[in-house]
Amino acid sequence: MSEHAEHAVDHTQEHPGYGLFIKVWIALLILTGCLVGVSHLGQTAAVWGLLTLTPLKAGLVFYYFMHLKYEGPLFKIVVLVTLGTLLIFFALLFSDVAFR
Amino acid sequence: MSSTHASTAQPSYLVDTGARQGLMAWLTSTDHKRVGLLYLYSMVSFFFVGAIIGLVMRLVQLTTFEKLITAQTYNALFTLHGVIMIFLFVIPGLPAVFGNFFLPILIGAKDVAFPRLNLASWYFYMAGAILAVLALFTGGGAPDTGWTFYAPFSLKTGTNVSLAVFAAFILGFSSMLTGINFITTIHRMRAPGMSWFRMPLMVWAIYSTAWIQLLATPIVAITLVLVILERFFGIGIFDPAKGGDPLLYQHLFWIYSHPAVYIMILPAMGAISEIIPTFAKRTIFGYKAIAFSSMSIAGVGSLVWAHHMFTSGMSNLAQLVFSLLTMIVAVPSAIKVFNWVSTLYKGSIDFQPPLFFALSFIFLFCIGGLTGVMQGALAINVHIHDTYFIVGHFHYVMFGGTGFAFFAALLYWFPKMFGKMYSKKAIYASWYPMFIGFNMLYFGMLILGMMGMPRRYYVHLPQYHTLHVVATVGSWLLVLGLLMFFGALLYAIFKGEKAEDNPWGGVTLEWTIPSPPPLENFEEIPIVTRGPYHFEPQAKS
Amino acid sequence: MSAAPETKVIPSSLGPDSEGSTGASSVTQGSGHRDDFGSRLGMWLFLVTEMVLFGGLFIAYSYMRYRYPAEFHHGGGELNATLGIINTLVLLTSSLTVVLAIVAVQRAEKKRAMAFLGGTLVLGVTFLVIKGFEWAAKFHHGLYPNSAHLATLPPGEQVFFGLYFTMTGLHGVHVIVGLAVLGVMLWWVATDRIRQDRYIHLENGGLYWHLVDVIWIFLLPLFYLAA
Repeated sequence: MSEHAEHAVDHTQEHPGYGLFIKVWIALLILTGCLVGVSHLGQTAAVWGLLTLTPLKAGLVFYYFMHLKYEGPLFKIVVLVTLGTLLIFFALLFSDVAFR
Repeated sequence: MSSTHASTAQPSYLVDTGARQGLMAWLTSTDHKRVGLLYLYSMVSFFFVGAIIGLVMRLVQLTTFEKLITAQTYNALFTLHGVIMIFLFVIPGLPAVFGNFFLPILIGAKDVAFPRLNLASWYFYMAGAILAVLALFTGGGAPDTGWTFYAPFSLKTGTNVSLAVFAAFILGFSSMLTGINFITTIHRMRAPGMSWFRMPLMVWAIYSTAWIQLLATPIVAITLVLVILERFFGIGIFDPAKGGDPLLYQHLFWIYSHPAVYIMILPAMGAISEIIPTFAKRTIFGYKAIAFSSMSIAGVGSLVWAHHMFTSGMSNLAQLVFSLLTMIVAVPSAIKVFNWVSTLYKGSIDFQPPLFFALSFIFLFCIGGLTGVMQGALAINVHIHDTYFIVGHFHYVMFGGTGFAFFAALLYWFPKMFGKMYSKKAIYASWYPMFIGFNMLYFGMLILGMMGMPRRYYVHLPQYHTLHVVATVGSWLLVLGLLMFFGALLYAIFKGEKAEDNPWGGVTLEWTIPSPPPLENFEEIPIVTRGPYHFEPQAKS
Repeated sequence: MSAAPETKVIPSSLGPDSEGSTGASSVTQGSGHRDDFGSRLGMWLFLVTEMVLFGGLFIAYSYMRYRYPAEFHHGGGELNATLGIINTLVLLTSSLTVVLAIVAVQRAEKKRAMAFLGGTLVLGVTFLVIKGFEWAAKFHHGLYPNSAHLATLPPGEQVFFGLYFTMTGLHGVHVIVGLAVLGVMLWWVATDRIRQDRYIHLENGGLYWHLVDVIWIFLLPLFYLAA
């Protein structure tokens, strides 16, 4: 039968252990520290910190804690489509706000 | 409860087999077919309420009746007409009724992925509907904002906007849950061999629709929450006095409410794509083009919202961008129309009521679509913005488009759903007043709009009077046609002849099972070996 | 799971559960076959709606911030960044304990799973308590929508606080819902309804909690670190 790529990767055959998630958590704490640090370096640095470090943190949570790493392509596509849609909404809205 | 595929035929889904009987058996059933019918009955009831309100609004424009209805009541009437027709009929319309009933059957499944969630969606729908009706009689009176709830008026008016907005929020929830259910069903429950490009086009249409429901509905949900918070706590986001911006409201509202138009029309197009090949007795022309055009309408259609705001004072750049994107949506829509017409070409056409209504759909939808392209052009839009032209245009799309497709789909699948056949003569007879009345009413509105008649006005200037009379008489014919149509179907449910399993000679999966379908749809899950519209020369039995 | 191969997606016992059977769970579809992948897909699609819901608020935030950069900067300075950062650490840790609870269930370490979930609940409540103190302080200073004091501030700051209360408030509602969901999960682990071979509900509940965490990850720099 025509089961497509979305089922190709079988979920949770090999379960990751405690250690991996604790490492990710430590990384998240460090990134939070960096974010706070950067925000003291002035407005420009704070905005850049926001734009880079925050998505990175969110990405770690999505990829590891929410098990996206262990899922097939379908869920990754779903998340990317959602974020892409929001980004386009955002861009189109700013074609108004920023040029009024 | 495990596999009991006995050779004995299953009972029809219309027969109560569980512990509960009668009404309770329906209200607690998670069978997708019964949920579909629950939606059908409630939706058609609300449709008639909306239609009657529309009829009364037309009467107001005959100056004789002005004394019966005050201007404030008129404001409430057009708000109600919009809320009921849009949120309770056209948005859930085809996906909730025919999607629920036929999506699992079309892909060879026994039910949707989450049957209980499915029933819950109907309860959310009913809860939203009841709250919307309650909003009329409680608080400060019926909302008078128009169905768009534009800020800042919706923040300030003393009428019961909060409850109406909350009702719309609940209805949005119902819509999202349905979308989640359908996408999961299509991904997970297709029968063996039912690959993506063997799915009937109705399924593609529902799939695209479900994605819009997921990606756009939450935006209106949060917008409506903001309106409620604004009214109760004064958070100030849309209130210019506090630094807020009503234009932000318009943006957020239309980010959902324009794609909602495609939630309405895509499944309608899907149904038409089922009907046309069946009665042309040949495979659909350009299957993949239609499938992909559904997806691209869903995609591009989500990015055109600000064409509702050309006169609102947004930036020139945004006006250009949104005008361009609006024109682009016409391309996939036209692809569908061309493909339907090409399917008919050299087909052996079997002229039956569903095809008749499907062709009416194509005609009316073309008028709706082309007037839409006109408004996408900035220069014309400024002239006709907020006139009857807009009202005429969207009634051609929503009623002439979705409404007629809904009727066509109902005629097409009625024998399968109820196991009864209606009187074809009665249906043809209802078509004439419906179609003629429709065009008198809404083409009249198009001309009125071009002449400059603004929408939502309680009174009109003398030069518009003749066309207003024509439109009002048209509305009487239209309602007469609707009564004949649904009267014929209602009669058929109780007194109709028994329908064959495959009265139209269709080849998609729903025609391989008995009418009405058995409880589990299929005795055995079918194995699909070919595309959906494969007509053998002798296939018609 | 996955004992039933992913290729067999048609549960043969789907239909008969039609007459309102109050079966085991809210997402699995019958008693015969389970489709855990389908359940997770449904959950992810629900999370899509949540992302877009908050996405709408983030769009509103950026729209307003673009219009009132100075006022937003000043408004952010009024917030207590320390409490915001502490709450971030609390929520990140609670996310960790949820995911560890799943590992524990996978290894049939029931006691440990319950401890982890209990930890999450405690951390979630801690978050709400801190949030409560923070809001109380704002109210004390007259910084709340429709207050007399706020009305004297420039319009941009009024919008800033409107957004602050809306976004953290809606997030708080999600925390409360998440706590309720995880409380049920804890109960189900205790009563063995969630166990080594059947823990899809815990996974889905965890997904919801992580999303709540992700939203807070964005709220922190937008409000507290903006100054």
